[in-house]
Amino acid sequence: MTKKNITFAGIIFEGGTADKYKTGGWRKLRPTLDKDKCIDCLICWVMCPDSAVIVEDGKMVGFNLEHCKGCGICAMECPDKVKAITMEEEEK
Amino acid sequence: MATVTGTKKVVGLTGNSAIAYAMKQIDPDVCAAYPITPSTAIMEEFSGYYADGQVSTELIAVESEHSAMSACIGASAAGARVMTATSSQGLALMWEMLYVASGLRLPIVMAVVNRALSAPINIHCDHSDSMGARDSGWIQLYSENVQEAYDNLFQAVRIAEDKRVLTPVMVCMDGFITSHAIENLTLIDDAEVKDFIGEHEPAYSLLDTENPITVGAMTLPDAYMDIKHQQSKAIAASKDVVLEVAKEFEQRFGRSYGLMETYRLEDAEVCVVVLSSAAGTTKVAVDELRSKGKKVGLLKPRLYRPFPHEEIMEALKHCKAICVLDRADSMNGFGGPLFTDIRASLYDAPERPVVINRIFGLGGRDYTAEDAIGVYEELFKVVETGKVERLSAYLGEE
Amino acid sequence: MATLKELSQIEERFTGGHRLCAGCGIPPIMRLILRAAGEHVVATTATGCLEVGTTIYPYTSWRIPWIHSAFENAAATMSGIESAYNVLKRRGKIAQDREIKFLAIGGDGGTYDIGFQALSGALERGHDMVYVCYDNGAYMNTGIQRSGATPFGSATTTSPAGSVHPGKQQRRKDLTRIVAAHRIPYAAQASPHNWRDLEKKAQKAFQIKGACFLNVISPCPLGWYTKPEDSIEDAKLAVETCYWPLYEIEDGVLKINYKPKEKKPIEEWLKKQGRFKHLFKEENRHIIEELQKEVDRDWETLLSLDGKRLF
Ligand SMILES: Cc1ncc(C[n+]2csc(CCOP(=O)(O)OP(=O)(O)O)c2C)c(N)n1
Ligand code: SF4
Ligand code: SF4
Ligand code: SF4
Ligand SMILES: [Mg+2]
Repeated sequence: MTKKNITFAGIIFEGGTADKYKTGGWRKLRPTLDKDKCIDCLICWVMCPDSAVIVEDGKMVGFNLEHCKGCGICAMECPDKVKAITMEEEEK
Repeated sequence: MATVTGTKKVVGLTGNSAIAYAMKQIDPDVCAAYPITPSTAIMEEFSGYYADGQVSTELIAVESEHSAMSACIGASAAGARVMTATSSQGLALMWEMLYVASGLRLPIVMAVVNRALSAPINIHCDHSDSMGARDSGWIQLYSENVQEAYDNLFQAVRIAEDKRVLTPVMVCMDGFITSHAIENLTLIDDAEVKDFIGEHEPAYSLLDTENPITVGAMTLPDAYMDIKHQQSKAIAASKDVVLEVAKEFEQRFGRSYGLMETYRLEDAEVCVVVLSSAAGTTKVAVDELRSKGKKVGLLKPRLYRPFPHEEIMEALKHCKAICVLDRADSMNGFGGPLFTDIRASLYDAPERPVVINRIFGLGGRDYTAEDAIGVYEELFKVVETGKVERLSAYLGEE
Repeated sequence: MATLKELSQIEERFTGGHRLCAGCGIPPIMRLILRAAGEHVVATTATGCLEVGTTIYPYTSWRIPWIHSAFENAAATMSGIESAYNVLKRRGKIAQDREIKFLAIGGDGGTYDIGFQALSGALERGHDMVYVCYDNGAYMNTGIQRSGATPFGSATTTSPAGSVHPGKQQRRKDLTRIVAAHRIPYAAQASPHNWRDLEKKAQKAFQIKGACFLNVISPCPLGWYTKPEDSIEDAKLAVETCYWPLYEIEDGVLKINYKPKEKKPIEEWLKKQGRFKHLFKEENRHIIEELQKEVDRDWETLLSLDGKRLF
């Protein structure tokens, strides 16, 4: 039995389809942002391995929790004087 | 039949020169290759055409055959028409990438000048190189002589690039025997070559940056088998395309090709099956024996992958005994690759002929018309006695 | 020099939803490099974590044309793609004003080891491409086996910390210098923690015609036995200890891009990583000393070459 929806030669004819794949379930810790503290330096954005820090018009606005794996890099890299991100136990 | 429009320009060329000349006429987009005897001259002569501006191909003189095939794959996936050539160890080094080329359905055309595989090292002809690649998902065409190699190369481009096929093709010819022997052949006009092969229209291209595609993604058990199934169906169906292309080739240029060539086979009682140049030698033996009233025939497969098993069965089923001559040993304690395929094809014949196997010509060992006559005599003995003394053996083995 | 704000306005062409481990060092490197590549770029990736983790059918993280063909041939595959571009442009099948950049990526295994020949050949031929090695110091995708890039003393699954052979017994190759010795126009070492430096180097590499090379240290929580949140800090420490100096070799001239004010002892980098745990046993301490000596010597050599013409 072969499936009809398999593309020619296994080529993915569209870019970035992983966007639809959710890896949020991997998370044990969830990043939370204290926007009052945030200075929009965007260090968290550039260092995030999962392209999960959302930036709009140059402002850090939150996390894409469908992709965020809770690694904690953003919290770690947020400048010492700011520390606007904390990692919290993911609710079960 | 339509009139032959091909210019009848007859010249004497070696097999390698004819392939290089055909490549010049095709003027592929990209050619990546690495030297190895006996195919080296193809790339040397093609490099000469390149150096003199007679082709505008991008020539990549890579550092290994593995990289040659890798670069061919990259170029083909980027939408280019791609060709290369190799032999023996070079083909063996490409092995991993052969599967990638066919799996990604890239219509690469490669001239394979058949040579023995080490060890012991030997530069002369046998088919152990291309036989080792027979399950790699490449279409394989075998050529008896220079003319066939030349003609097959153009047809290979058409077959590989056909939308129903999209599968790479190897055009095989015998090392030294064909690659280095000067034979007369009829050339086709440049313009007619261009017209016959047409423009290359790739199935996909990495250079289309507006429509980004991901090629060669990791597949899990839920997808891999389906992709292989697609490929399997395409290569099986390529048989019809091979015939269609051959028909058009004949209409244009007057030379006829099929899945195989049969020689005085219709009423033959015994038959030899053999690939490539040895078929020419065998024909001499057939004529001699026929002149003595012996009903002998020959079958020379041209398309070996995919294997036209039904057509071969139809062509051979009336014979009483058949000897398959293999220029490669499968080292399986049973028989050579062509033998096992032919024997399996005849399993469904209403009256199964006896099929025996002789391994011959390894590492350039001579194969003469007398050898062929000996094989036919052995076949008659099998028919007379109804006994097979040796199913598989090395030709001339005591 | 782009700011993060400017960079954040460039389209994200490496999406989330990939299967690389939490805290993996590779994606931040790739996200920056893709931003530096310009609008039109084609990439190939050698077999390894990045390739497997980003393209599990039918999901792809790549919003650019991308191909995987095998493990040892990223440079050769890209040679073919770049050549196809040249000829198709010449033959008028691609718009004359369409500039496309070419990016080949390999792990340390795919670059230092099995892919080294193909890389060397492509560099010698001078294809107009950028080759990026993400060096996580082992064959991670197959379960942390040693490579030619694995640090001296490091425990891997094929150089385990035994009582007789405590970890990898050989020194690593200096690949960046080996690559530079091909006399390519640009070769550099970078680290994801210093995004400015990495972005600048990537920009340069894409702008310079010919084969350019970036060797980027890539922390791997799984294989280094480190905490995922520490990845960027671990890359930084590799630079601060001078284990992984940031430098570039442009047109034959070497330039150190960052000199730590105070060079940290290698121990500080080692002690955070489980792969070096055995080195802190009394009987193995001499390995740390040897490693320190080697780092010192290499750093001294590099300082002596700073600003000098190598070829
Ligand atoms: C010819 C070949 N040999 C071995 C492998 C198995 N293999 C796949 S990835 C890999 C290691 C990759 O290591 P590296 O290049 O450092 O990348 P990483 O996994 O660390 O990202 C190996 C050994 C293979 N795919 N092909
Ligand atoms: S926790 Fe990790 S994955 Fe999630 S947003 Fe922060 S850096 Fe990204
Ligand atoms: S690193 Fe901290 S301060 Fe900077 S943008 Fe992120 S949350 Fe805001
Ligand atoms: S094993 Fe290491 S390199 Fe591979 S995905 Fe995980 S963290 Fe990244
Ligand atoms: Mg690695």
